[in-house]
Amino acid sequence: MILSQTEAKASVPAMSNALRLWRGFLSLARNPSGLTGLIIVALFVVMAIFGEVLAPFPYTEQHYSDALMSPSKTYLFGTDQYGRDIFSRVLVGARSILLLSVTATLLGLLLGVTVGLITGYFGGWVDEILMRLMDVIMSFPSLLLALLLLSVFGSGMFKIIIGIAVVFMPRVARVVRSIVLDLKSKEFVDAAKVRGESAFYIMSQEILPNASGPIIVEGSIRISYAILLAASLGYLGLGVQPPSPDWGLQVSEGRQFILIAPWVVIFPSLAIAILVIGVNLLTDGLKKVMDSDTTGPNQEMQQGGQ
Amino acid sequence: MSRYILKRLLFLTFTLALVSVLIFSIMEFLPGDAATVILGQMATPEDLAILRAKLGLDRPAPERYLHWVAGILRGDWGESLRLKTEVGGILLERLRNSSALALFTFILAVPSGILLGTLAGLWRDRLPDRLISMGTLLAVSLPEFVTGTFLIIIFASWLQILPPSSLIDPDANLSASIQFLILPAITMLFVMWAHITRMTRSSMIEVMGSNYIRTAVLKGLPRNKVVFSHALRNALLPTISVIAMNIGWLFGGLIVVESVFAYPGLGQLLLFAIRNQDVPLLQAVTLLIAAIYMLSNLAADLLYRLFNPRIRLQ
Repeated sequence: MILSQTEAKASVPAMSNALRLWRGFLSLARNPSGLTGLIIVALFVVMAIFGEVLAPFPYTEQHYSDALMSPSKTYLFGTDQYGRDIFSRVLVGARSILLLSVTATLLGLLLGVTVGLITGYFGGWVDEILMRLMDVIMSFPSLLLALLLLSVFGSGMFKIIIGIAVVFMPRVARVVRSIVLDLKSKEFVDAAKVRGESAFYIMSQEILPNASGPIIVEGSIRISYAILLAASLGYLGLGVQPPSPDWGLQVSEGRQFILIAPWVVIFPSLAIAILVIGVNLLTDGLKKVMDSDTTGPNQEMQQGGQ
Repeated sequence: MSRYILKRLLFLTFTLALVSVLIFSIMEFLPGDAATVILGQMATPEDLAILRAKLGLDRPAPERYLHWVAGILRGDWGESLRLKTEVGGILLERLRNSSALALFTFILAVPSGILLGTLAGLWRDRLPDRLISMGTLLAVSLPEFVTGTFLIIIFASWLQILPPSSLIDPDANLSASIQFLILPAITMLFVMWAHITRMTRSSMIEVMGSNYIRTAVLKGLPRNKVVFSHALRNALLPTISVIAMNIGWLFGGLIVVESVFAYPGLGQLLLFAIRNQDVPLLQAVTLLIAAIYMLSNLAADLLYRLFNPRIRLQ
C-alpha cells in the first residue's frame, strides 16, 4: 500500500504539494465532524488574533461599582470580583492558551519526531539509551512532571511551553519510532540506501514524508491535551501570570463566588470545553480523512464486511 | 511468562532508580535549600551554615542522593520541613485516602463503562451509539477542574444534597465518608468512562464481525448468549489493559480533583509541598506517584499478555 502511494507521489511533480494540502482540506471540510471542528477552531483563532480589538472593554479595566454583576447588555458575560468584563477577558484569554498549546505541541512534535526517527532508524545502543530516557520521562503522569518542572524553574509562558513539550516528547517519539520500524524495511528505503543516500537524507526525505499522516493526527490529539494541561496548570496557579487573562486561573479565582456569581466560573469553563471539543472533532475528521487516504477501497470493503 | 515478569520487574527497578535520580536532580535547581526554608528570609549566613552542617546539606549532591535513597530503602522517607513530622506517616495516610477515592471511582466506572461500550458497539452508528459517542467526546474535552466545579454548582449549591468539599474525619466510618467521595469520584469517572467505553466499543465491533460470531449466529444461538458468552469475553481483552492503565491515570488526575474538592490525598499533599518548598515531602510524593503510575502501566502490559494467547506464545 505504502509503496504504491510513494510511486504515485513520485509521478506527481513537487509543485502539487499545495494542491494535495488543499484536497486534504476539502475532504476534511466534507466530513461532518471535521467541518464542525474546523469552524469551532477557526472561531477561536479569530478570537486569539482579534480578541483585544473585539473586546468591548480593556481586559484589565476595573469597574468597582459593577463588581460581580450578572450578564447584561453592557457586560455580556457579567463581571468578576474586580468589576472586570468577563466577555473581554474570555476573548483576550484565547490568545495565550492557543499560542501556548500550539507552540508546545510543535516543539514536542519536533523533539519527539527527532528522537523517534533516530531510535527507529539506527536501532542498537542509540535506541536503547534514548528510549530508556523516554521511559523515565513517561514514568510521571503528564501533569505531575509539568508541575514539578514549573515549580522548580518558575512559571512563565516560555517555561510552560518547554514543560509541556518535554512531557509530550517521549509519547510522540514512541509513535514515530514504531512507524519508522515499519517503514525501514520497505523497498524505497532500500533503494535510497543502494543509491548511497545519507542517513539524514533517508530519514528526512524518504521516511518522514511517508509518516506524515500519523504524525499530523498525533499532533492534533496532542493540541487538545496541551490545552487541557495548560488550563489545569492555570487553575493550579502555575499558568500565565496575572493580570493576563488565563481561563484556568479565572475559574479558580471565581470559585469562591460560585454561590453568588456562577457566571465568573461558567464562561471561562465553557470556553475551554468548546475549544477542546472543537480540536477533538477536528482530530476525528483528520483521522477519517487519513484512513481513507491510505487504505482507500480496502477500508470500505472492511466496513462492508461488518 | 514468569521469566518475562521477572525481566520486566528488574527493568522497572532500574527505571525507578533513574526516576529517583531525575527527581533528586530537579530539586537541586530549586532556589534556596532546606536551611533557608526552615530559618526564613531573615536568617544570618552563620546560622544557615550551622544548620546546613547539621542537616548534612554541605555535603556533595551524590552523597546526599545516596543518603536519601538508602533512607527510603530502610523505610525512612525523611522529615517534612513544614509539617515537622516523619514524611512516611503522612504519606501512608494520604495514600490510603487517595486509594479509597481511586478504588471507589474504579468500582463505579468499570462495569458501567463496559456496559456503555458494549451497547455502543452493538448499535453501531445508530442512536444509542451516537449519544454515547457524544458523551465520551464531551467527557474527554472537559478538564477535571471544570467538571468538578460544575458538579459543585449543581449538587452542592443548587440542589444542596452533597458536601462541596471533602473534609474527611479520618476516624469516621465508611458510610459517613462515602458522601464525600461521591462528587470527586464522579469527576474522575467521566474520563475513565470515555476511555473504557471507546475501547470496549471498538473491540466489540471487531469481535462481532469475526467468523466465529457469525457461526454462532448461524447456528441459531440466541442473540443474548452470543453477545454475552461469546463476544463480550473476547472484546474485553483490550479493555482490560486500558482499565489497568487507568489506575495510573487516576493517580495523575487526583492532583487536580483533590484540589477542587479539598480532598486530603496525595495530590493535595503534592500541591502543599510545592507551595511551601518542602523538598523532602515533594521528593517523596513525586516518587510514590511515579512508582504507582509505573506499576499500573506494567500491570496493563502483563494483563494484556496474560489474556492474549497470541502474544503469550511468542
